[in-house]
This record gives sequence, structure tokens and C-alpha cells, in this order.
Amino acid sequence: MTVTTALPSFDEAIATYEPVMGMEVHVELGTATKMFCGCSTAFGAEPNSQTCPTCLGLPGSLPVVNKIAVESAIRIGLALNCSIAEWCRFARKNYFYPDMPKNFQTSQYDEPIAFDGYMDVTVDGVEYRIGIERAHMEEDTGKSLHVGGATGRIHGASHSLLDYNRSGIPLIEIVTKPIEVPAEVAPAVARAYVTELRELIRALGVSEARMELGQMRCDANVSLRLPDAPFGTRTETKNVNSLRSVERAVTYEIRRQAAVISSGGTIVQETRHWHEDTGETTSGRVKEEAEDYRYFPEPDLVPIAPAREWVDELRATLPEPPAVRRARLQEAWGFTDLEMRDVVNAGALSLVFDTVAEGASAGGAKKWWLGEVARVANERGVSLEDAGISVADVTRVEALIAEGSLNDKLARQVVEGVLAGEGTPDEVVAARGLVLVNDDAALGAAVDDAIAAQPDVAEKIRGGNLGAVGALIGAIMKATKGQADAKRARALILERLQ
Amino acid sequence: MPSISREEVAHLARLARLDLAPDELDHLAGQLDQILGAVAQVTEVAADDIPPTSHALPLTNVFREDEPKVCLPAEAVLGAAPAAEDGRFRVPQILGEEG
Repeated sequence: MTVTTALPSFDEAIATYEPVMGMEVHVELGTATKMFCGCSTAFGAEPNSQTCPTCLGLPGSLPVVNKIAVESAIRIGLALNCSIAEWCRFARKNYFYPDMPKNFQTSQYDEPIAFDGYMDVTVDGVEYRIGIERAHMEEDTGKSLHVGGATGRIHGASHSLLDYNRSGIPLIEIVTKPIEVPAEVAPAVARAYVTELRELIRALGVSEARMELGQMRCDANVSLRLPDAPFGTRTETKNVNSLRSVERAVTYEIRRQAAVISSGGTIVQETRHWHEDTGETTSGRVKEEAEDYRYFPEPDLVPIAPAREWVDELRATLPEPPAVRRARLQEAWGFTDLEMRDVVNAGALSLVFDTVAEGASAGGAKKWWLGEVARVANERGVSLEDAGISVADVTRVEALIAEGSLNDKLARQVVEGVLAGEGTPDEVVAARGLVLVNDDAALGAAVDDAIAAQPDVAEKIRGGNLGAVGALIGAIMKATKGQADAKRARALILERLQ
Repeated sequence: MPSISREEVAHLARLARLDLAPDELDHLAGQLDQILGAVAQVTEVAADDIPPTSHALPLTNVFREDEPKVCLPAEAVLGAAPAAEDGRFRVPQILGEEG
């Protein structure tokens, strides 16, 4: 689109306008069954193989609330410093779209189970308090495929296909209060909020919150205003589903809205689609008003009135807050602030934690997950978890280095092999013949050859120039295809030449 | 006094992507008004001392353990659908989502 060229830079946009943001995050709970029926929530099943009369909305079926889902909702609310409702109900959200076979979504409307909390996030060493408006329970919708149009979009499709396996999976929607932070850090604060929330959800153990699997989905509301003016009209950019995209989408919307307002236009309240490839948002549908959903209390579900004793019991199960845990781990691992931030931003905290728990060094664990594994995961556009190497594999590679069977160079090849699907580290070592040559017989022959081939270098070393040893080690490495134990080789060279 | 206006019916029709002719709007507005009027009679008998209620049962906290039950077979589920394709429910073109 040609509009792009007319956009002001981010700095130009915020020189005039202040952004106000609001984040809506949906978290799919990791319960075994759906919100209102006993259907399995297992990922990857055949389409429409995990449904029943309730989640298909068949006449006469009745929903019953999943107790673990309610517990999870309360625990999320407590971890976000929210008040927990003493009494609340579900509501029907009515709309015309086939992704719910009931023709409504069972949600909570004006009586959320948790409300009025906050979460603190840190950007560049400065702490910002993000107000939490509410966290409420609802159910996920089915998955649609649009057939017959270009690129699978609704526009131009001849018909659509529905898989209701996902319909009814418990969701918690977490909505912030308006976020008013200094304009220059706004996109970074949005990202930090989602990052921190993801970590909190994982620490609670209520969901793996993997954004690339849709277990955590983010909608970003953005509006602009002149300093001290009332809030402007907002847009809601839907399905911003990676941490990086959150920051990019907010930045883009600030620039786009600044261009519209500066040229005398007005912002339309609408939903917008985020395009990962171009880094732009495009207009979606004009947003329906809340009253268009004709919410009313769900007559088939009785109210939920969590006893204070129950809430206190759940409060006692809360994990250490992520910020406290990070500080403790950083100290235990001996990482600098920057190193720790890299680990967190890469989403590798639990992977490093697990790898260290299996016996690897913290530095080694960090090196592999943020190095070779991150590189390959990035190339393939998958998460670290899905790159093709397990915590046990990384731990094994580190153990092989520690016991002296691999040097760093060979270890890199082993990791490459595991990531390429060649098997476990031991299988890759065997198949590729990656053995560190450190027995004196084999290594000694290579050392003798190297000395014989470069008599002038050998002479320098005899004369006390130890800097020249590197040239011989290089030759030995070349001769052994990188499999020589460099330390041992050095010792053998010095034995012979001193 | 009518409890639903012709404009409200037109708005609902737009949300439902129904293309209603002016005479259909008049007709439906009249019918819906009658239905709402009938339901509204209940409010006439509700005295001020009767609080609004959404549930007839004096129950709260009816929960289910998080234990999987057997689901319906996909063939049976899709067999009951008007149309199916590739193991999925087939529905007509979805109108007016992006415009």
C-alpha cells in the first residue's frame, strides 16, 4: 500500500501525540477437558473428533462448569493482585458467525470473576505499573477454514469449513486499564507486559502460554491524543501473536494514526488485522457495540460464589512472583542483567532452568539455547521448544564436553546434527564419528607431522616464542578435521619442543 | 408505545446479514413488538419488593471434575450436519466480515 511512504517516523508521531494503550490477552487454560463439558482438549486431534452435544450446542444439552478452570481463573486473578468476586455469573454473548455452533459464546460480561488488579513490568530499568481491569472466564471458538478465495481469507471465499474441537476450551481473558506511559517506551511497555504475563501464567502452571500455538493471543488497543486532551478513538488490532509483533503492531498503529489525524482525518473505531510479513495493520470490520451482542445472564449455569476460605487456599498455592524468581535465578546462575534479559526475552528461562536442573552449567545451557538452537528455530520460524532438540539432549552435550569427549567445535556439530533430526547426541556422535582425539598415540602422530611440516615454526617455539604454538595447533586441527583436543595437543607440542 | 422500533429491527437485520425489504421491516417490527409486549406483561405483576432474578434454582457453585469423557465419533457428528467436507462442517459463504 502506498500509504506506507507517507507515514511519519515513530519519533515524529510521538513528538505531537501521546498514545494510550489497552491490552486484551486470551489465555487458553491447560485443563484436560473443556470449560463446560468433558471433551478432551488435546491438541492435534482429527477435526471434530473432540465434541459432544454440549459443545456442539445440540438442543437439550446442558453445560457444567469445570472446577479446575475456575480455580485457574481465581489463581490468575490473585497473581494479578485482583479482587475476587464474591458472586458472579456467566453471560451469553450473541453474534452471527458460525464459529460457535450454539450461536453464542458463553462468557462473563459485567460480573468478571477477578477485577481491579495490577502487574509491574520493567523496561530499561524503570518499573511501570499496569492496571488490570478484569480477568474473566469464557470459552474458545471453533476453527474456521475459508475455501475458494485467495490466501484463505473470508473475502472471496465460496464457503467455509468448521472444526469444533477447540470450541469450548476454557479461556481467561485479561484486560488492562488504559496504559498511559511515556510515549517513547509505550511499544516496549506493551511487549514487556505480555512477556511478564506469559511468564506469570507459566509459573502458575495453568497454561504453557505458547503464543505460536495460539495458547496465548493478544489484541492491542491503541489511541492517540494531544497532551492533556481526552482519550482519542481507539482501534483494536487483533491476533498479535508474538512478543515482537506486539511491539511492532503498537509502533505501526501509533505512526498510522498520527498520519491520519495530522492530515485532518478521523480514526474509525474498528478492528484491524496485523500482518506479520509487512509489519502493517489493515482495516477489519467496524466494531460491533457491546449492546449488539445482546448479553444476558446464562440461564443454564448457576452463579459462582467462591467461598473466602477457598480463595485463601488458592492464594496459598501461588508461586513465587516471576520478578522475585528471576532475581534469585540470576544470582544462582551468575548472569549479568543483560544476560538475564536476553534469556527472558528469548523465552528461554524455563528451558535454561530445566537444563541446569538436569545437571548442565548455567552458562552452557544459555549458550546453546540462545545460540545454535535459537538460530535454527528462527530460521524455521518455530519456538525454541519446537526446534528439534530437548532439554535432555542439551544436557547430554554439556556432559560430553565436561567429561572431555567433545570440544566446543565438535559439540556445535553434535547440536547441529540433533537439530537436523539425526538422533540423540550420542547417535550423532556415533554416526558422524565425532570423537575428540586426545589419546597421545593418535594425537602424537599428528603433532609430529605438524612439526615436521613447519620446521621454521618449530624453531621459533624452541626459541621461546610460545605465540607460534597456535600455528601448529591450527595444522593439527586441520589434519584431524577439528577433532583434536587442543589443550592436549598444546601440551604435546611443548613436551617435544622445550 | 412500541417497544422495538423499525430502525432497531433494521439494525438487527444488518448484524444478521439479512437483506430485508421495507415492507418486511414493517411486518417484522410489528410482530416483534407484539412478542416483546407479551413478555413485558410479566413486569406488570412484578412488585417492587421482588428482586430481579436470572435463575430459578437457589444454587451456586455447581462444578464438574476435570476428567475427560468419551466424545461423539466424528462420523456421527458430521452425519447429522446438513453438509460436511474434509471432516469439517461445511457452511455457506460468510458475509460482510471484511468490509
